[in-house]
Amino acid sequence: MSKLPDKERMLGMYRQMYLIRKYEERIYYLFLEGIMPGTIHQSTGQEACAVGMLYDLRKDDCMASTHRPAGHDLAKGVSLKSMMCEMFGKEEGCCRGKGGAMHTGDMEVGALVANAIVGGNLPIAAGVALAFKMQKKDNVIVCFFGDGATNEGSFHESMNAAAIWKLPVIYVCENNLYSATTSIALTCNMPNPAADRAASYAIPAEIVDGNDVLKVNEAATRAINRARAGEGPTIIELKTYRHGGHSRNDACQYRPKDEEKHWFDRDPVKNFRNYLISKKLVVEQELKTVEKAIELEIDEAVEYAQNAPFPQIESALTDVYWEGK
Amino acid sequence: MALLSIADALKSAIAEEMRRDPLVFCLGQDVDIPGGMGGAFTVTKGLGEEFGYERVLNTPISEIMLAGVSVGSAMMGMRPVADLQYSDFLFCMMDQLVNQAAKMCYMSGGKVHVPMVMRAPCGASNRGAQHAQSPESLFTHVPGLKVICPSTAYDAKGLMKQAIRDDNPVLVLEHKLLYGGKRKEKDAISTIGEVPDEDYVIEFGKAAVRREGKDITIVANLLMSYKTLEAAELLEQEGISCEVIDPRTLVPFDYETVVNSLKKTGRLMIVHEDNYNCGWGAQLGSWVAENQIFLLDAPIVRVAAYDTPIPFSPVLENYVIPSKERIVEEARKLMKV
Repeated sequence: MSKLPDKERMLGMYRQMYLIRKYEERIYYLFLEGIMPGTIHQSTGQEACAVGMLYDLRKDDCMASTHRPAGHDLAKGVSLKSMMCEMFGKEEGCCRGKGGAMHTGDMEVGALVANAIVGGNLPIAAGVALAFKMQKKDNVIVCFFGDGATNEGSFHESMNAAAIWKLPVIYVCENNLYSATTSIALTCNMPNPAADRAASYAIPAEIVDGNDVLKVNEAATRAINRARAGEGPTIIELKTYRHGGHSRNDACQYRPKDEEKHWFDRDPVKNFRNYLISKKLVVEQELKTVEKAIELEIDEAVEYAQNAPFPQIESALTDVYWEGK
Repeated sequence: MALLSIADALKSAIAEEMRRDPLVFCLGQDVDIPGGMGGAFTVTKGLGEEFGYERVLNTPISEIMLAGVSVGSAMMGMRPVADLQYSDFLFCMMDQLVNQAAKMCYMSGGKVHVPMVMRAPCGASNRGAQHAQSPESLFTHVPGLKVICPSTAYDAKGLMKQAIRDDNPVLVLEHKLLYGGKRKEKDAISTIGEVPDEDYVIEFGKAAVRREGKDITIVANLLMSYKTLEAAELLEQEGISCEVIDPRTLVPFDYETVVNSLKKTGRLMIVHEDNYNCGWGAQLGSWVAENQIFLLDAPIVRVAAYDTPIPFSPVLENYVIPSKERIVEEARKLMKV
């Protein structure tokens, strides 16, 4: 069924997953040390969702993310340096220091400004897809949201519109079981908050192990093909888990320890690494080389961003209205 | 030259822009169902036949989606012209307008822009509190939005064309009693006026002096500009000469025309159907107080809807909304200061 994993492809996916893992780790330490301003919502543990979904998108396809955007952005191709500069509020940041951790993105690579209003990106993604359709392009957009967003009115309005207009959008619920600190079981009377609702809109849905990058990628391929062929939207619900808290000061005391252990044992990065070695798709030394290179790249990005200039104060008053290119 | 109502001038503007630019499209609930009304007030009736129903897109009643789809499609180069039917429904789409449309350009560091138009019919017309509000001031408070309020057929066409060509989100307040469309409204004012056949736009931020005068400067928008003109006729007979200014666009706002008028009159009255507290008149009044207080010979007067929801009963509605009589009365008092 699934195509035989091609070595370069496997290494490419692993490279991206490891990049996201190490990026988030470094951000966490920088934050703990008090070096980095702002707040953080990290995607550690959800790397397979981002990479599996986005690996086969074209550069001119789009991606709409949430308040937890770093993995999505890196997987869509936003440059590490511009991400790191944005985290430090620097002029060379992907949003020139005006966005911050919850709004990273770069339309040059099809990554919309990430959206920190839960559910806010859902109708916007439908609009992007409508534009593709009206302009007779075969592009698609992947729109991520959390389990909590399925309880927003914008979810219902957007799914309905995407269905009636057969829009080329793939709605991807990263169900990490918690809306901030509240279990989704307390706020939705269905076990699969996105997928179970799909029938209401006659949208096909898949439930996928979100910690298995290859399974995610297979589902992505099916949905992308449908969307490109003009057959309309798909809802994909990825079962996954945050390794860290919701945001900076969250010690996750509301999560049962056995639940955490269950998920931590299914670490998407480690498991993919073990899979690649055990299936003899790569030798460990190759992975170590990749890992070393990424760690170096992150070191360089942090150093670069720390030394990069802040924006000119006057720029705070520009870009309120579009001033042309 | 053609003689057009505001409804037909708006339709003509949208149709001409759709012919000029294939990226312009309109969308909304009932925007043009064959056999339907063409929006709630006939503005978009018949456009589907000319442009097809992909570019004249009838939508579900989903305000969040309507605004969000406008934002998303605009970011990808389309020029959506969305119709909301009643401006009271703006509150159903506040996140998409205020957090998304208005902030997108800024949050992206100027890399993304959102050229969308949201049309919002406003004003009290015996429909009760949820189909009656004049909410323009709330949106003037949002950096990143432009807010316009055409009150003549000529302005409606020129400002709508400019709104569609503008590269930013533009909220268009259209007054129900000024449309003059096929749908008759009680107490409607005929706005049929001359509209050029050739292409033209009206730049935002340019007020129109509707009547020249030397005693009081009265700044009034939408329906209130007409009530103020009627009041000015009466006041003229009493020897009080009013200069009536229609700002036409609230964001950007043409302070200069107001200042030039105050140099003659030294007295400022502001009239709007939006309610009193923090209405756009409060902004204009405090701007003048901050920047040009020495032009004033008397306190600034604001005549606005009282701070209530809009009541249904015609006698109550007429009481809450500024009337010609109230404007006259306040002008007389102002001249005695």
